[in-house]
Amino acid sequence: MRPEEARHMHQIDAVVVGAGLAGLRAALELARNGIEVAVLTKVYPTRSHSGAAQGGIAAALANVAEDSLELHMFDTIKGSDYLGDQNVIELFVQEARKTVYDFEHLGVPFSRTEDGRINQRPFGGHSSPRACFSADITGHVLLHTLYEQCVRHRVHFFNEFQAVSLMIEDHVSRGVVAWDIRHGGLHVFHAKAVLLATGGYGRAFKITSNAHANTGDSLSLILEAGLPLEDMEFVQFHPTGLYKHGILLSEAARGEGGYLLNGKGDRFMATYAREKMELAPRDLVSRAEQTEINEGRGVGGMDYVYLDLRHLGREKIMDRLPQVWELALNYLKVDAIEAPVPIQPTAHYSMGGIPANIHTEVIFNAAGDVVTGLYTAGEASCLSLHGANRLGTNSLQDAATFGRLAGGRMTGFIRQAGFSPVSSNPLDRATERIERLISGGNGTERHARLREELQENMTRHAGVFRNAEGLGQLQKTVRELQQRYRNVRIDDADQPFNLDLIEALEVGHLLNFSEVIVEGALVRTESRGAHFRTDYPKRDDQKWLAHTLAWKTDSGVRLSHDKEVVIYMDRFPPQERKY
Amino acid sequence: MKESVIVKILRYQPAKDEKPRWRTYRLDVSGDSTILDILNEIHWHHDGTLAYRRSCRSAICGSCAMKVNGRNVLACETPMHQFRGHKLKIEPLPGFPIIKDLIVDMEGFFDKLQRVKPYMVVDKPIPDKEFLQSPEAFSRIRESAYCILCGACTSSCPSLWANENYLGPAALLKAYRFIFDSRDDGTDERLDIINDRNGLWRCHTIFNCVEACPKHIDITGCISHLKNRVVDNSL
Repeated sequence: MRPEEARHMHQIDAVVVGAGLAGLRAALELARNGIEVAVLTKVYPTRSHSGAAQGGIAAALANVAEDSLELHMFDTIKGSDYLGDQNVIELFVQEARKTVYDFEHLGVPFSRTEDGRINQRPFGGHSSPRACFSADITGHVLLHTLYEQCVRHRVHFFNEFQAVSLMIEDHVSRGVVAWDIRHGGLHVFHAKAVLLATGGYGRAFKITSNAHANTGDSLSLILEAGLPLEDMEFVQFHPTGLYKHGILLSEAARGEGGYLLNGKGDRFMATYAREKMELAPRDLVSRAEQTEINEGRGVGGMDYVYLDLRHLGREKIMDRLPQVWELALNYLKVDAIEAPVPIQPTAHYSMGGIPANIHTEVIFNAAGDVVTGLYTAGEASCLSLHGANRLGTNSLQDAATFGRLAGGRMTGFIRQAGFSPVSSNPLDRATERIERLISGGNGTERHARLREELQENMTRHAGVFRNAEGLGQLQKTVRELQQRYRNVRIDDADQPFNLDLIEALEVGHLLNFSEVIVEGALVRTESRGAHFRTDYPKRDDQKWLAHTLAWKTDSGVRLSHDKEVVIYMDRFPPQERKY
Repeated sequence: MKESVIVKILRYQPAKDEKPRWRTYRLDVSGDSTILDILNEIHWHHDGTLAYRRSCRSAICGSCAMKVNGRNVLACETPMHQFRGHKLKIEPLPGFPIIKDLIVDMEGFFDKLQRVKPYMVVDKPIPDKEFLQSPEAFSRIRESAYCILCGACTSSCPSLWANENYLGPAALLKAYRFIFDSRDDGTDERLDIINDRNGLWRCHTIFNCVEACPKHIDITGCISHLKNRVVDNSL
């Protein structure tokens, strides 16, 4: 090993990849337990996309109306279209209240009831007002509070570091190799335990609420390590994306009483969910919107409908939904107090991800065998809590609760485990990849063009509605783009802050896991939750009440549907899903 | 509809340049483009060497603060039609060391935040459920909690240009957010920290920070409340 390489060697008990809610909550737990923990993050921790979550964090506190754990559990199971693992959901609702009270004790500024308790608002698919909130910046205040506490507890931050490969041999994790974005150069983080918490993969789509950073990096790295991903075909489309931009307008807008109107001015949800109306779950509302648009009832026959807040009045809008108001004003020049806001479905949340058991330990087959020392939590993971469709406000709770539990589980492991040896030079693969991009002067393909073609086609063929023909075309397109990616070039040959290099790496990741989304969607010939096949419009429990596991092999994607869904048949047997 | 725009960007590539230099790009973009859309267009399709920070696109992550035609703004939420003649002059946030192109070194900025103990300090017993806090008490800290740490305020502060050791508006706002939180027990210690020769008395109520804040937080007002609090405490 050369001396400059040695300078970039770190040995530390725990490494967390990603500094959103899941990563930071895990890091805080580890640090509180006295474990040395390093957090690697592509962006400064407070820039993580958890901060863009607006509406709330779910917990059955019953502060404003009757509620129960049983009800939260049932709502989540029904929302998941019975694909969620019920043991995971049970643990989740049991731990949710503790997670929220802990946040409050750490200083999170929550909106309050008149008697001083945490205020709660209604949200889609929840049968009681369960979303604990801070105006419409809930994710932002949770993220900032966790960052402050992590710094207080001396978590080691490696800001602007991009993970480029996982050190896994013989199903034992040994650490991570990462690129120092600011200075250039590779670093080896040799660790007893690694948590993957890199968030979602919405950037595979053109219209998305996701940040530029949400490129699913660790999912792609998992595939490269020969490990599977789970349920990748289940992508949530949020009903209220700002028209053309895809930027999120919080579901809180409907929780506070906002209407959805079609081009004729009708509250069209009456046709699709007579009882829950605008507060039906997101998959159902997005399909309703897309149907209105496809059948010519968009506004002016165009590809959007309206979110109407006018009847809420200025005071309520400015008190409860100030960010929603400002986003509409800045991006569309629409004052939501005076006029309805143009919206369309936007790729929002990834139910699928890195398969893990209820303890957040990464597994590598349907039998549940564990990759020793490797953990995952938050949107990057698939436990599976959200099944085929996630309920709003369950994601912040998921990230925080399973981040916390992962931190605890990792603590136990680290206290009894040693450092597993690293046999081959861990830098080889990463060095080759970076050098090929930086010095690959003969390439002709611009990564941005490949990404745009991917996003365009994913939104068109793997969006709210899917069918065999479109998915078949898309499969071909993705493979062609993967071929063209081999010939990619970048303009910037310098090492420090090479945005061109980072984006080229990210496009490689997008192309890698998108193939898995498409294959999973093509093979699953049923409609469940967010995955809707127009050629197979019914849920098929006989055939498809099972999780998808997908591996990348030299000959393409290999799928298995042997992983069973955990169902308590006596308590929550699958039923038809009506709202 | 496409419109022509002339964009001057202050470029600095440490490996090549002794000092920053202007570079001009002419391109056609959609009329509803934001400043970030234009930077993306340049980076993706014209000149991949351009470096800048960005992430959420929705004015909440605080990555893309920069100076456009003389004003500190978030690139992602600022439409180009705000600027006459479609001529743009884009520079990194002033007052911070430049790392590369539009990327500045924020380490010092984050270090100053740490000096005010930016976390809730609790001496009392932790209840089983939440600490109670009235809606009125919440509304006192609500605006300050909106801060996205973009640095636009700190970058625009003349007092900070004059003395780089000054805590600056963002760190003082963070102190406010905890000092005026009814649940916090760390007030006295924090007041001591900000009642320092590099602390809140260096604020001369110039209001640049308020003007620069993309979240419209009345930072100067919060600093004035802090000054009153320090005075009240010393009586």
